[in-house]
Amino acid sequence: MIKKIYFQSIFFSFLFSMEAFSAESGGMPQLNPEFWISQIFWLTLTFGILYLVLSKLILPKISANLESRKSQILENIEAAEKQREDSETKLKDYEEIISKSRLDAKTIFNQAREKALKDINAKREVLDKQIDDEIIKAEQEIKILRENAPDKINKIAIETSSELVQKLIGAEINNSSISAIVDDLSRRNGEKYYGN
Amino acid sequence: MAANPMTQFNVYRIGPEIKVGAFDISFTNASLFMIISSVAILLIFNLGSKKNSLLPNKIQLLAELSYTFVSKMISDTAGSKAKPYFAFIFSLFMFVLFCNMFGMIPYTFTVTSHIIVTFVLAAFIFIGVTVIGFMKHGLGYLKLFVPSGVPAVLLPLIVVIEIISYLSRPVSLSVRLFANMMAGHTMMKVFGGFVISLGIVGGWLPLSFSVALTGLEILVAFLQAYVFAILTCIYLNDALNLHH
Repeated sequence: MIKKIYFQSIFFSFLFSMEAFSAESGGMPQLNPEFWISQIFWLTLTFGILYLVLSKLILPKISANLESRKSQILENIEAAEKQREDSETKLKDYEEIISKSRLDAKTIFNQAREKALKDINAKREVLDKQIDDEIIKAEQEIKILRENAPDKINKIAIETSSELVQKLIGAEINNSSISAIVDDLSRRNGEKYYGN
Repeated sequence: MAANPMTQFNVYRIGPEIKVGAFDISFTNASLFMIISSVAILLIFNLGSKKNSLLPNKIQLLAELSYTFVSKMISDTAGSKAKPYFAFIFSLFMFVLFCNMFGMIPYTFTVTSHIIVTFVLAAFIFIGVTVIGFMKHGLGYLKLFVPSGVPAVLLPLIVVIEIISYLSRPVSLSVRLFANMMAGHTMMKVFGGFVISLGIVGGWLPLSFSVALTGLEILVAFLQAYVFAILTCIYLNDALNLHH
């Protein structure tokens, strides 16, 4: 659409210019050969100099600049890559150290726990033994006491009963008869109290 | 009448008349703008290549982008064999581009709007490409006119057509650039004339059109320089690689 308008307007402008030419003298100045030679000469001169200066001086410099930048960027990329690799290996090392130390910590902890448990067990055993000993000792004492108790009680009972009898009756009574009665009673009661 | 849209293409002498033998090589406004364009190119690219910093400044970036743009254009169309001709195509592209662009500034002269200038460039390219083709392939370069896979009956006709199309290359190359530049500038002048003649009441419409045309013409100026350079690359590709 725009193209169509464009070319149409070019066409109309040509028509317009044709009219203008008919009104004035001349025509297309481009077709006037008066300055053709001059234009060819100056074109050759300026374009030749432009080409020479560009090709010999300026373009090699730009190309060298581009090359040096490219190589520098490549170098930088390489260095960055290397550093990245370094950091990766270091990270790996670090992780290894971490996992190793974690394992170490675990084993140390386990060892310590085992040791502590062992200690505790040993101490407990010692304590148990001591307690057992104490219990046995106490039991023995109790046993001795228990064994001795009826005799003592009987003795006391005989003494008290003989005194009582003496106070009540006012006469000496044969100790052996009292002790026989007490023994008999205590045997009966003793079975009730001690059960053995 | 100043509104004649063709007066802008007039070539006139600046300074004295210089004659070498029978030839008039006087310094003209065309010569002036050729020199201005060349000097501008050299200045920009000299500034752009002076310092080599890792982080380029604006002008260096411009120079380097142009360099990579042209070198990519050449390697894409003509392959790696065209590398020795890089400087020529770069100069050509820049020269045409700058001449076109300087022509866009009001009151300037557009060098490339003259058929003689574009034709000299195109003829030089045509002769150069032909010489390169014959140097690379000898008489085998004539195979360019005999496309493969054409039935023998059609061959004479095809060869004639190929030769005509080959010989019309400089004409089409030069006329394309010259006609585009001339037509664009004429049209802008015409619309500028409309603005004056329609005055403050009706002049706004052609003025807005003129503004739009300016943008279009800047695009055309770049595009025609690009087309000129890329067609040169294609012709060079034919001469260097010779596969039809």
